Amino acid sequence: MSPTAAVALAATYQHPALAAVETRGFLSPAGVEIAFLLVGLVTLGAAIVTVTTRQLVHAALWLVVALGGLAVEYLLLTAEFIAWVQVLIYVGSVVVLLLFGLMLTRAPIGRSPDADSGNRWAALTVAVAAAAALVWVVVDAFRTTWIDLDVPAAGSTRTTGESLFQNWVLPFEALSVLLLAALVGAIVLSRKAKPEPVEPKPSTPATGSAPATGSAPTTGSGPTIGSAPTIGSAPAPAPAPAEAPAAPAAADAPDPSEGGVR
Amino acid sequence: MNDALDVALRLLLVFVVFLTFPLIIGQTEHKVMAHMQGRLGPMYAGGFHGWAQLVADGVKFAQKEDVVPAGADRRIFQLAPAVALLPYLLVLLAIPIGPGEGAVGVVIDAGIFFVLAVMGVGVLGSLMAGWASANKFSLLGGLRTAAQLLAYELPMLLTAASVAMAAGTVSLVGILDAFEWWWLPWQIVGAIVFFVAGLAELQRPPFDMPVADSEIIFGAYTEYTGLRFALFLLAEYAGIVVLCGLTTVLFLGGWHGPWGADGLGWVWTLLKTAVLAFVVIWLRVTYPRLREDQLQKLSWTLLVPLSLAQIALTGVVKVVIR
Repeated sequence: MSPTAAVALAATYQHPALAAVETRGFLSPAGVEIAFLLVGLVTLGAAIVTVTTRQLVHAALWLVVALGGLAVEYLLLTAEFIAWVQVLIYVGSVVVLLLFGLMLTRAPIGRSPDADSGNRWAALTVAVAAAAALVWVVVDAFRTTWIDLDVPAAGSTRTTGESLFQNWVLPFEALSVLLLAALVGAIVLSRKAKPEPVEPKPSTPATGSAPATGSAPTTGSGPTIGSAPTIGSAPAPAPAPAEAPAAPAAADAPDPSEGGVR
Repeated sequence: MNDALDVALRLLLVFVVFLTFPLIIGQTEHKVMAHMQGRLGPMYAGGFHGWAQLVADGVKFAQKEDVVPAGADRRIFQLAPAVALLPYLLVLLAIPIGPGEGAVGVVIDAGIFFVLAVMGVGVLGSLMAGWASANKFSLLGGLRTAAQLLAYELPMLLTAASVAMAAGTVSLVGILDAFEWWWLPWQIVGAIVFFVAGLAELQRPPFDMPVADSEIIFGAYTEYTGLRFALFLLAEYAGIVVLCGLTTVLFLGGWHGPWGADGLGWVWTLLKTAVLAFVVIWLRVTYPRLREDQLQKLSWTLLVPLSLAQIALTGVVKVVIR
């Protein structure tokens, strides 16, 4: 990759380190810039389809495309660390959570007739306004700034970590407290919604957290499955799985404490 | 030109590994399971101890009709196997098998994040398959897959973070460079948690609730036939390769060995990976399937606290030895 392959998003204000490459115009077409634009178009298209499609699960999957496209854009801007974190958190976890929620509640194949909102125009206005503000701010701030590819990338893990924990520790910690508050809130909400379980807690022997095999026989429907806690999950004691026909079927009285093995 | 050739060779090599290693593990599984259960396993295909059984299986799969159920969401149904399989190919690119930067497909700065992020994407394939099949068993399988992933992603990440803390870098190559033998006892809890969580993410027994055949037929893959089904199976075994390779690199020192690390580093990596793969098979033969609530409980009440304790231990030791 040639050193001229700097990425567009560039700047009027003259940072000394960036002055050398200032001769380039706004969006001179180098390969990386064209790729950046194309990926950007794909991302935008996927985002638009996400909010306009009538098929709920398709919307979630288009969201994967949009978020993935965003990760590619980060990569092109040399922000490698952010790119992978984007994939890890959003594609790997948030979308999975979304899909999980959809499948748990309603996810018909085909169109959902009620997947529409009367707030369409208000939402569009807010979205356009927010996008315009963001684009304006970013373009105005970085008009002709170029990323110098000869020095260590500004988005590498090392530089990100250093700036995060040297310059931005306080916001970082404040954010983590915010997240903790959200976590505690979620726990409180979910505990209140549930009535107290009537059955006594199975007195697990000292291993405390030993959860593996057969430690909690009373969880399901009470005494019916209490005798065969190891195999299968349904209340009816399932036959030994055909794929793992090894000994455990015979060992029908496992020591409840052996679950601690793993 | 030389650079291009170099890159092409690496990609080719990784691709060959991607195609052969899962088959080798699959064949080993046939034989190991058989012998553990007092059987012989495949004996005829290919002549010598049935070595060509999986090739024959592949030919059989290729000959079968590719059926898409009438009620299914066609495109997503057909796309799902690719989404399940490709991430593992990408992860293989980043796993170093020997010392130096020459023995890895692509050197990635944030290697740990890359591999964990991309591995997580593979699960989307199961979710897509489960939903698009228009089959209640498939949907149940998809749901269980998602629940399992959400529970086990966290301990996996935390233990990987512990290794990154110990090494002071998130690059897989860098972690191996920093490795010392005493990391083994230091990080052993993390290693076990990582391995177990990885097994759960791959839906291998005893964590195969999402494909529990005696309850929900074959979970998300119930409606699949022919090559697409074979691709899902291949994804499972490629996942074993990736998980064992990653555990080797992160916790077992990769190419470090008692001797011969200079020339034979890749042998050590392969050996450790193979031993771990054997353990995966062994666990499948040994343990009964965990129930859904046991699955969740194992993760949230045992693995997550253990991995947090491991992180604390790593931090304390790191500060003490500095």
